[in-house]
Amino acid sequence: MSSTPLISIDSLHVGYAGAKVLRGIDMHIPQGKVVAIMGGSGCGKTTLLRCIGGQLKPSTGSVQVAGQVVHELDETGLYALRRKMGMLFQFGALFTDISVFENIAFPMREHTDLPESMIRDLVYLKLEAVGLRGAAHKMPGELSGGMARRVALARAVALDPMLIMYDEPFTGLDPISLGIVGQLIRKLNDALGATSLMVTHDIHESLQIVDYIYFVSAGKIVAEGTPDEIRASSDPFVHQFVHAEVDGPVPFHVPAPSLAEAFLGATHG
Amino acid sequence: MANLLQGLRERLQALGQGAIDRIWRLGFASRFFIAVLRQSASTFLRPRLLLREIFFSGVLSLIIISVSGLFVGLVLGLQGYETLQRYGSSEALGVLVSLSLVRELGPVVAALLFAARGGTSVTAEIGLMKATEQLMAMDMMAVNPLARVVAPRFWGGVITMPLLAAIFSMMGVFGGWLIGVVFIGVDDGAFWSQMQAAVDFRFDILNGVIKSFVFGVAVALIAVFEGYDSVPTAEGVSRAITRTVVTSSLAILALDFVLTSFMFRGA
Repeated sequence: MSSTPLISIDSLHVGYAGAKVLRGIDMHIPQGKVVAIMGGSGCGKTTLLRCIGGQLKPSTGSVQVAGQVVHELDETGLYALRRKMGMLFQFGALFTDISVFENIAFPMREHTDLPESMIRDLVYLKLEAVGLRGAAHKMPGELSGGMARRVALARAVALDPMLIMYDEPFTGLDPISLGIVGQLIRKLNDALGATSLMVTHDIHESLQIVDYIYFVSAGKIVAEGTPDEIRASSDPFVHQFVHAEVDGPVPFHVPAPSLAEAFLGATHG
Repeated sequence: MANLLQGLRERLQALGQGAIDRIWRLGFASRFFIAVLRQSASTFLRPRLLLREIFFSGVLSLIIISVSGLFVGLVLGLQGYETLQRYGSSEALGVLVSLSLVRELGPVVAALLFAARGGTSVTAEIGLMKATEQLMAMDMMAVNPLARVVAPRFWGGVITMPLLAAIFSMMGVFGGWLIGVVFIGVDDGAFWSQMQAAVDFRFDILNGVIKSFVFGVAVALIAVFEGYDSVPTAEGVSRAITRTVVTSSLAILALDFVLTSFMFRGA
């Protein structure tokens, strides 16, 4: 990918609880693009997102966002950077004690001195963009999963961020909601001139909306390319992932001694 | 023999590890307390947040505190009258009821009830916010959860506790009066006048307020810490709530002994 990178990740290694999760990730994400990071469960995708957001520090290597090395920032610097980021969590993470309207107004009230009338107009604009202006005064508990995800998306873009991160945005959505959320991610990115980074399993939806895809396995990037390159790829890992094959480079069985040994009680636990 | 030694070694290791874990957690709780205090300025600069927590911790605990205070006062009235009348001092019933409540039962029982009602709800709320990634979302929005979520709940508890203890004592005195004066027939004037003469503002009421303030700090800190430090699962939050009740109750009773020792005059 060309043009200036908004995110530069160099030789990133991360480990916690005695396990190495990321083992030398190099990634450069240009401004204005929608990029997906894909891989099986537990391969380190969300860890990567957390390093970019400054929630985890690397063991070695570095993550730069807009020219700033994230793990070297103090709390004030990190919070200043996070004000320019939006994040959509897997299940929305809406604040359940306040209404949809207040959820979207929350970052505006916390970080700006805008008058109440302007906050109201901005909140309605964001809700209009995700098609939920009519649900402004509902409580999060009254929303379906898809609606909650759209409200969370509106909240993530409340302050017009330069970078929007999505952690499994399609998980648990019905096909209609999934399509809506996918299209919103693309449209909002282009309308705001932002950069989007998406961690997901959903290959088919992703191929329709992203500019570039990285495949991560066992903490390393094993394949990358544009959607067309991915579709045409003969890489065994990409082939297994795109075609949802049970066995391949990612084995069906978790490594273990043979079944005979287990039955004979040679090993346990 | 080798197996026995191995088993002994493992038990000793587990014991040592448990002790290290507990000391580490105590240290973490102390650092957490300091961090909450450092993030407390915003709580007082945004009184709406604080008022909301005072409402949830205090106002919603009013019924249980008032009813419990009334029943404790009713029982004190009955038991106190039975004992005092043996010595012909039934007019001192007001003194017995009020001193028992203001010095001990008011702060202690109100704090135990507050831990069970307000403390558990704070732990559950913060624990569930953690489990549903709301705290993480707030942090990613560059809003410090200690300042926005934890500190208001902590100070809400601290401010609420002495007020609830006062209401508990007031209802208790009313209960004692109801039993003693209205139902049994102790002289109304003697009940109130002996109470006024015997209860000292500095050594009785103020000491009671100090106790309830200290209990408020302990219970509120335990409640917010357990919620914040809970394992973000249904089981983890449930265990955190249990720990809030158990730790708060023990802390209240231990602190009560320590404070009473310092306040003891011996005359």
